[in-house]
Amino acid sequence: MKRIIFWTLVVALLALAPLVLRSYNLYLLNLAAVKVIAAVGLALLTGFTGQLSIGHAGFLAIGAYGTALLAQYFGIPFWVGIPLAGLLSGLAGFILLIPALRLSAIYLAIATLAFGTAVAEALPRWASVTGGYQGMRVPRANLFGLDVQNDVAMFYLALAMVVVLILMARNLVRSRVGRAFIAIRDKSAAAQACGVSLARYKALAFFVSALYAGLAGGLYAHVVGYISPAEFGLAKSIDLFIMIALGGMASLPGPVLGALFLTYLPHWLSGFRGLQSIIYGASLIGIVIFMPFGIWGFVRKWTAPDKVRAMPRPLRAVVEFVQGGASRG
Amino acid sequence: MLAQLIVSGLAAGSLYGIMALGLILIYKTTHILNFGQGDMAMFSTFIALLLFRNYGLPLPAALGAALVVGALLGIVIDRGLLRWAKNAPVTSLFIATLGVGMILQAIALWMGLIDSRPFPYVLRGPPVFIGDVVLRQHDLVVFGVALAVSLLLFAVFKFTKVGIAMRATSQNKRAAQLMGINVGRIGTWSWALGLGTGAIAGCLVAPIVFLDLSSMIFVMIKAIAAAVLGGFTSLPGAVVGGLLLGVIENLFSGYMPPAIAPLKTTFVFTLIILVLVFRPHGLLGERSVGGHG
Repeated sequence: MKRIIFWTLVVALLALAPLVLRSYNLYLLNLAAVKVIAAVGLALLTGFTGQLSIGHAGFLAIGAYGTALLAQYFGIPFWVGIPLAGLLSGLAGFILLIPALRLSAIYLAIATLAFGTAVAEALPRWASVTGGYQGMRVPRANLFGLDVQNDVAMFYLALAMVVVLILMARNLVRSRVGRAFIAIRDKSAAAQACGVSLARYKALAFFVSALYAGLAGGLYAHVVGYISPAEFGLAKSIDLFIMIALGGMASLPGPVLGALFLTYLPHWLSGFRGLQSIIYGASLIGIVIFMPFGIWGFVRKWTAPDKVRAMPRPLRAVVEFVQGGASRG
Repeated sequence: MLAQLIVSGLAAGSLYGIMALGLILIYKTTHILNFGQGDMAMFSTFIALLLFRNYGLPLPAALGAALVVGALLGIVIDRGLLRWAKNAPVTSLFIATLGVGMILQAIALWMGLIDSRPFPYVLRGPPVFIGDVVLRQHDLVVFGVALAVSLLLFAVFKFTKVGIAMRATSQNKRAAQLMGINVGRIGTWSWALGLGTGAIAGCLVAPIVFLDLSSMIFVMIKAIAAAVLGGFTSLPGAVVGGLLLGVIENLFSGYMPPAIAPLKTTFVFTLIILVLVFRPHGLLGERSVGGHG
C-alpha cells in the first residue's frame, strides 16, 4: 500500500513537470522516456529470459519508420500509428525466434547484431520510401484536428506510455509467464523438463521485447519530428545494451536507471569537450568492475542484502513455475 | 568481369580475415567478444601515423611500432583492467572493452590525430595486370601479409609451447590449469596476439578508407560476420570466412540489378543469420555451439 502511494506521488509530481521545466528540459525528458521504454523491453528479453540482443535498434527503426510512414502515406493518426507500428515491430521479433531456438549466448547476440545491421543498412538504400540518408520528416501529430506536436503534449503521451508499459512489464514478470522466462534463463533444460515450452515462451519474450522497442521508436518519431537512418545503427543497439547492463538487467528499476543515466550523463558532460568520452568510457569500466550487477544491484546490496542473496538461484524459478502452474490448474 | 570481381573480393576479404583472426584469438581463450577491437586497431594505426609523419620514422619502422603498441595495449588491457573485473559476467565485460575503445578514441582526439588523414601505402605504384584482372599494388601487399600472418599463427599454435597452451586453454580451461598452465598468462598472451593482429589489419585498412573513427568499426562488424562464416572458434575458418565474405559481397553487387545491388550489406547479414541457424559451427568451427544454457 505504501508503495502504491509512493509511486502515485512520483507520477503525479512528474505530471506537474511541464509547469516548471523549460521546453528543452522537457524534450530531454521525452527522449529519456523513449529510452526507458526500449530498455525495459530489452531487459524483459535479456535480463529476465537470458536472450542476448545487440540488434534492438532494428526494432526501434521499424517502430519509428512504421509510425512515420503510416502517417505519411495512409494518414493514420499517431494514436493508432504508434501501437500499429509497435505491433509490426513485435511481429518482426519472431524473425529472431528461429535463431534463438538454436543458439545461445554470444552466437545469438551475433545473430541479433546481424539483424540490426541488416535493417540499418537497408533503410538508407530504400530511398524512395524512407528518404535515404537525409531521413524524413514525420507528419505532425494531430488529435481530432488539434495539433499536438509540441513538447508538453508529447510529454504527457510519453509519461502515459512509460507508466502503462512499466506496469505491464511488472505484471508480466510476476506472472506465470515471468516465472517461465526466468526459468528459461536460469536453466533451460530443467525448465523444459518441467513443461515450460521453450518455443512458446521465447517467442513471447521476443514479441514483447520487440513490441516495447517498436512503441519506443514510434514515440521517438513524434518526439523528435524527424528520423534518419543514422540514429538506428549499431551504436544505438549497443547503447541500449549498456543501459540495461549498467542499471542491472534482471530487474525493472535497473533499465530505468540505466536509461536515465545514459540520457543525462552525456548531457552533463557536454561542457567538458574532449574529456567527455574519457569520463563516459571510464564510468562504463568502473561500473562493470565495481558494480557487476549494475547500479540497481549495487543499491539493493546495501538496502536489502538478504533479498539479493536469495535472488538468482538457479532452479528456484523452475520450482516456482511448477508450483504456480499447479495452483492455477 | 567474373575474375576481376573475385580477385578484388579476395583482397577485401583478406582484410576482414586478418581482423577476424584478432577477434577470435581473444575470444577462444577468454570468451570475451572484444567490441573495442576496431578502436584499438585504430589507435595503434594512429601511433604509426604519428611516428611516420611527425617524427620522421621510416614507414616500415612505424608499422613495426604499431604492432608493438597493439601488443602492449593488449597486455595493459588484460593485466590492468580485465583482471579487476573477475566478478563481472562475461556479457558485461564486453561493455568494459567498449569503454576502453571510447577512452582510446578520446586520447587519439586529444593528440590531435583525428581529421580523416590519408595513411601512406606500403607499396604505391601503377596497378598490376594479370591477364584481364587489375590489381592495386596494395592488394598484393594485403595478400602477402594475410598469408604471412596466417602461416605465422599456424606455426605458433603448432610448434610453440605458448601456442599449444593456448589451444589447451580454449579446449578446457580447468584441465589446462591442472596440467600446470598459467591460464591468466595465456589470456594476456591472447590479448597481445589479438591486438597485434588487429594493429596489422588497421595499418592495411587505413590507406584504403582514410583514418577516422567510424571506418574501423565498420570493418569490425564485417570481421565478426567473417568469423561467424568460419565458425567463430577456428583460426583458419576466420581467414576462409573473410575471403568468402569479400567474394560474396563483390559478386552480389556486381551481378544483381542496380536496384538491389546496394543492399549487399543487408544481404550479407541476412546470410549470416541463416548460417547461424543452419550451421552454427560455420565452415570450420567445432560443434557444440549451442546448449550452454
